[in-house]
Amino acid sequence: MVLNKFRLNLKSILAYGALIAFSMPIFLVFLWLVITTFSTRTEGLKSLGWTLSNWSFLWKSPFGPNFPSIWLATLNTFLLATIMTTIVVFISSMSAYALSRMKFAGRKGFLSATLILHAFPSVTLLIPIYFVLRWITKIPIIGHSVPLIGGFGFNTIGGVALVMVAFQLPFGVWIMKGFFDNISWDMERSALIDGASRFQVWWKILMPNIKPGIAALSIFAFISAWNAYIIPFTFTVGRAGKTTVLSVYLQNFMSESVMTEWNMVAAVGLFQLIPVLIFFFFTQEALLNIYGGGAKGGA
Amino acid sequence: MNKNFKLEREINSLSNFPNSKPYFPKLKSWLLPYAFLSPTLVVVTLFFFVPLVIVFILSFTNLDMTNFGILKWWQPANWTLDNYVKIFTNRFFPRILNNTLMYVSMTLIFFNVGMALVIALITTNINRRVGFTFRLIWLMCRLTPVVVYIMMWKALAGPAPMGVINKHILGPLGIGAGEYLLNTNPWLFIILVNGFIGASFGMIIFSSAIEAIPKDYMIASKVDGASTWQTIRYITIPMIRWPLLFVTTYQTLSLLTSFEQILLLTNGGPGLYETEVWSLTAYHRAFSSYFGNTQWGYGSAWAVILVIIGIVMAIVYLRVFKFNELIQEPKIDQL
Repeated sequence: MVLNKFRLNLKSILAYGALIAFSMPIFLVFLWLVITTFSTRTEGLKSLGWTLSNWSFLWKSPFGPNFPSIWLATLNTFLLATIMTTIVVFISSMSAYALSRMKFAGRKGFLSATLILHAFPSVTLLIPIYFVLRWITKIPIIGHSVPLIGGFGFNTIGGVALVMVAFQLPFGVWIMKGFFDNISWDMERSALIDGASRFQVWWKILMPNIKPGIAALSIFAFISAWNAYIIPFTFTVGRAGKTTVLSVYLQNFMSESVMTEWNMVAAVGLFQLIPVLIFFFFTQEALLNIYGGGAKGGA
Repeated sequence: MNKNFKLEREINSLSNFPNSKPYFPKLKSWLLPYAFLSPTLVVVTLFFFVPLVIVFILSFTNLDMTNFGILKWWQPANWTLDNYVKIFTNRFFPRILNNTLMYVSMTLIFFNVGMALVIALITTNINRRVGFTFRLIWLMCRLTPVVVYIMMWKALAGPAPMGVINKHILGPLGIGAGEYLLNTNPWLFIILVNGFIGASFGMIIFSSAIEAIPKDYMIASKVDGASTWQTIRYITIPMIRWPLLFVTTYQTLSLLTSFEQILLLTNGGPGLYETEVWSLTAYHRAFSSYFGNTQWGYGSAWAVILVIIGIVMAIVYLRVFKFNELIQEPKIDQL
């Protein structure tokens, strides 16, 4: 018994040791980032003078009064990430349900085709997608005049979100299908016998049972939208426009005409990271408990 | 429609009774799966299928910045195979291919699948809160804007007085002369930089799949006296085959098409084409050629070959992981 306990401890010490060793480079780079944002210059991890001036973009616009503040960019980024995450979760779980639970012609073909879509490099599709977005802009109402998100055409938050949804779909469909597969058939069958339609079964019975899957997909969709650079940069006009997002806004600090203040770039980067960390910190309890749900017993 | 009738219908269809449904419900049940798929189909057609056809056509033309708007690229008369001939006779073609294979396989094996699985297994077997915190720490690499992320690694690799590794590790130990580590070991850093972003993807998917395994299996294996290693080998790994197939395939394709990190880190250097990978070449040709000329047609041709490589890889994976066996047939007949 004593021996067993000792072995258990040794095992967990090994586990923690390995985890910390593997994570070491992450600790180092982020330690450097935090020190840099509060320093004038650094040498390794040693600061050569402390300052708050790198964070001045928070209370005054860095490029004159006519320039949009970083808070507008933050709001836009949040809007983009939320819309994109909602659409991805909704669309991909619908398709995944059909692929996992229904029999129809072209099921396997559709599934492998979805994965193969991911083989297309986003950068080469940018020029053709531009043509498509310009075409959507010409459609009345949904093209250019939806309140809040501006519509789904060119130079709108909704349009950028829709393009990013397309690039997230292969991931979403596949991951959700895996989670649907693990749910017991009896649950669905009894709901159908009780007179529910397939749509009701999907929404009321199965969706609450794949919360871990929804959480995993939402986290990834949200993160990739929060960090997106190439797509918002290409499909919105101007680095300082009304539809600018944080990653694009960051480029203003690295223009060719002015000497780049790398420490301020680091501070903006850290600023972009903080809201997401806060979000994870406060939803920690919920995210941890999500895993407790799901199909009980053998699926 | 009353409840009894509906119930009868369910029972009929569940037990292969002679089908006596009227025409309309039959059509409806045939269309239902496609109704569920339709939103995906619309988005995929708009932003994948249509652009793809355009890229494919462009790869046969010599569209660039100088003749944009003049060249009628949609006319078959302007299509030639010149771009493809140019690629295969390129002096650096073998080197770029070799770089791509090395970059994808190393990053995939050591980080995107290997490290991801290790971190997922450790964090699901220790205290939940600590495990969650470590997963969050690994996610931070993905959360940081690419520009800043690369900046951090450049600071880590920097030359003697500035670089973190040189100042705090190699300096005191007396190893090396304090050179810029990106110039001495470019490949090591490319794999690390991409790996630390890539690993978090597999880590999240594996750990939520491991958490979703019914606890009964774990308890049963413990009762039978299985060691931790045996539990992992015979319970956990077989239960997460679908995520394993998915992460391996998806990440191979991601790595094949990713170039942003390498572009910012080494931009193909330090030597001539030393770290230039396929997708970076496509980007260079299409968007930033040395003579200020952006050759969209030529770049598209590089991209089309990359797509073909990706598709071949995906098909091989689907075979290796026995994709057909992983797809279970629906157990409920069409209703």
